[in-house]
Amino acid sequence: MKRRSFLPLVAAALTLTAVTPALAEYPERPIEMIVPWGAGGGTDAVGRIFAQMLQQELGKPVNVVNRTGGSGVVGHTAISRARPDGYTIGVVTIEIDMMHWQGLTQLTHEDFDFLAMVNADPGGLMVAEDAPWKTAAELRDAMKSEAPGTLKASGTGQGGIWHLNMLGWMLSEDIPLQNVAWVPSQGASAGLTDMVAGGVQLVPSSLAEGRALIDAGRVRALASMSDEPQAMFPDAPPLKEATGSDWKLSVWRTIAAPKGMPDDVRAKLTAAIQKAYESKEYQDFMTERGFGLRWAGPEDTTRIVAEDDATLGAIMKEAGLAK
Amino acid sequence: MSTLSQSFALVFDWQILMVMLLSGAFGLFVGAIPGLTATMATALLVPITFFMEPIAAIAAIVTASAMAIFSGDIPGALLRIPGTPASAAYVDDSYQMTRSGRGPEALGALLVFSVIGGIFGTIVLIVASPLLAEVALKFSSFEYFWLVLLGLSAAIFVSPGSVTRGLVALVIGLVAACVGMDNPTAEPRFTFGNVDLLGGISFIPAMIGLFALAEVFRYMVHGHKLPPPLKPETKGMIRSQWAVLKRYPKQTMRGNITGTLIGALPGAGADIAAWISYAMSKRFSREPEKFGKGHVEGLVEAGASNNSAVSGAWIPALVFGIPGDSITAIVIGVLYIKGMNPGPTIFIEQATMINALFIVFLLANLLMIPLGWIAIRASTTILAVPQRILMPIILLFCIVGAFAITNSVFGVILMLCFGVLGFIMEENDIPIAPAILGLVLGPMLEQHFITSMIKSNGNLLEFFGRPIAAGLGIMTIVIWCLPLILRLFRGRKQAMA
Repeated sequence: MKRRSFLPLVAAALTLTAVTPALAEYPERPIEMIVPWGAGGGTDAVGRIFAQMLQQELGKPVNVVNRTGGSGVVGHTAISRARPDGYTIGVVTIEIDMMHWQGLTQLTHEDFDFLAMVNADPGGLMVAEDAPWKTAAELRDAMKSEAPGTLKASGTGQGGIWHLNMLGWMLSEDIPLQNVAWVPSQGASAGLTDMVAGGVQLVPSSLAEGRALIDAGRVRALASMSDEPQAMFPDAPPLKEATGSDWKLSVWRTIAAPKGMPDDVRAKLTAAIQKAYESKEYQDFMTERGFGLRWAGPEDTTRIVAEDDATLGAIMKEAGLAK
Repeated sequence: MSTLSQSFALVFDWQILMVMLLSGAFGLFVGAIPGLTATMATALLVPITFFMEPIAAIAAIVTASAMAIFSGDIPGALLRIPGTPASAAYVDDSYQMTRSGRGPEALGALLVFSVIGGIFGTIVLIVASPLLAEVALKFSSFEYFWLVLLGLSAAIFVSPGSVTRGLVALVIGLVAACVGMDNPTAEPRFTFGNVDLLGGISFIPAMIGLFALAEVFRYMVHGHKLPPPLKPETKGMIRSQWAVLKRYPKQTMRGNITGTLIGALPGAGADIAAWISYAMSKRFSREPEKFGKGHVEGLVEAGASNNSAVSGAWIPALVFGIPGDSITAIVIGVLYIKGMNPGPTIFIEQATMINALFIVFLLANLLMIPLGWIAIRASTTILAVPQRILMPIILLFCIVGAFAITNSVFGVILMLCFGVLGFIMEENDIPIAPAILGLVLGPMLEQHFITSMIKSNGNLLEFFGRPIAAGLGIMTIVIWCLPLILRLFRGRKQAMA
């Protein structure tokens, strides 16, 4: 926002002084990048570093605007309703595959032109260090045998992505869903704190969110919901290896635009995004920050987003979270 | 060379000092604009710090956030536009001081006691981090429930005049806090199908409306009757604080300790700290009747508390990578990028860097005095502007600030609605402050109550089932019953006499 207050001024001054060529080529003015989540969060961090890299590629300012509220509905709606001229893009997150099932909006992934997937963090499975379960299989057995309501989990709000991660895993292992109570929390770190304080027993969020507590020996990572173990957490085996379940879930972030962009603009943007993604700065930033790197071009991204939409919709219906 | 002198060498580099000066100025500028917060200032710095050396990056963030938090008090004192919910606790006092020509004195007090609070919090951070972080980790929703309830009880103590009116205001705030879907069940409430309302009532536009816009309306209606504010005297505004400190040493210390402890809790921050400190200050004051009417005592205690909470928030962040507030949430990311991984071992393995960080903290707080002084001098010139010109300017600031929070017109509409509400409330002598408290703490109270009930399978006794929770619970209940007990006690004494 601050950025909004002075950067556009600078930008406006620049564009006014520069003589615009007769056949202007995209981009000829600053680009707005809408982030549907608050300043300071993970999506905001990815959006801002990406904006920085994109700016270098395109040679025009890329301004980050946080449009928050309504569990992401407000910001995603703003991206989809913008003019598809390439001057408004945004970070579309996995919540786009959840909010319409919850009946919060009509908006779905079909309302966007996906340009690229730039990050994905696999879900995980974490328990407190003093918990009796040493492996994911032991935890699964406890989840099957304990009386409903004995075990409690936390890490997002009710029906949030990590809640669905746990439900999806439970469905894949034929564990009755009512066996584990979900304690809604404001984000993964609040859930982790509660787990260490003894309030809940498991947090199925991405392992990166528990990194400091895992390093401090307070939290044990039991599994990663991915094909391969994560480089940063070599002790957490892939879920398939740990329990034999086929369940996988990664929380991704994509760069998307409103539907109906001109082909030349799309080609130029996609190329710039790929270059920004491959830059050393972006790679270093993501690795250091503990964010997972994942690249997918426009077609692959569109396919992954649609597949996850079907998977998450099925879980939400099964759990009674869909409207 | 010892690690300490290495750390000094790291910090006292002209580049680092330059970065601190510039980011300090940036923080002051951002914080002083209504609607733009210290969190914003920090988030904006992140892409820039990415290209800096580790110590420079941390120094930039520490300095900018500390400055932004102080300068958020400036529009509060001068124009009645509080920058954060924390500064809303004492905005009535500071604004009333401004109206009677003591604006710079109020700001000077806020500046000096912010610095004292910040330095105290830093010292605690240096000596007791691992210990306090352990205690903070013991807090779960049961403990937070009581803490939030304690904070809400402050509404009764802070509202001037009748308790009933204070309660009415509190309920107005709590009802407004029910709107939206950010509640534990994630079920939309009172949204009437409006997408913007899904996110609930964000408190910055509401706060700007209730305080500042209501004041503009009041001027429009009663303008001819209101006396113009007196011309401010900026001379000696810092030096005179020495006398204030000597007069209120206990209050300062109480604010420091309360702030640091509450700040160290991941689920509670400067907001609750400031309100509880302000309420404590009034409760234990010898002149509680002066509070809310331009009395410096509350500013001293709540101002110190507010800033020590900001330092305290770093305790769980450094030791366990758990953010103590929205600023440290960003900081943790930066620490990782710069290879200073948070954890209990950071104090040993990264001793040089951690010591440098502490030096930066102390330096940033000291830097606040000269920079803050300049900011106060510069900003108080606005008071020389005649009221009929100043009021439209305030309106403009209100609109910009409300827009900036969500980047949409919705914030402005929200602000207008709350402005009308605030005007109606003040015309009927209903205090504004408790409504803000309800709006800020209401969602937290609900969250902690519901999650506690889920965890205890609906057993209410569990709220007393853990030692800290039981202690806080009993304390809260005693505070509620205290007036009753005191009255009974006095009644009996009188009867005996």
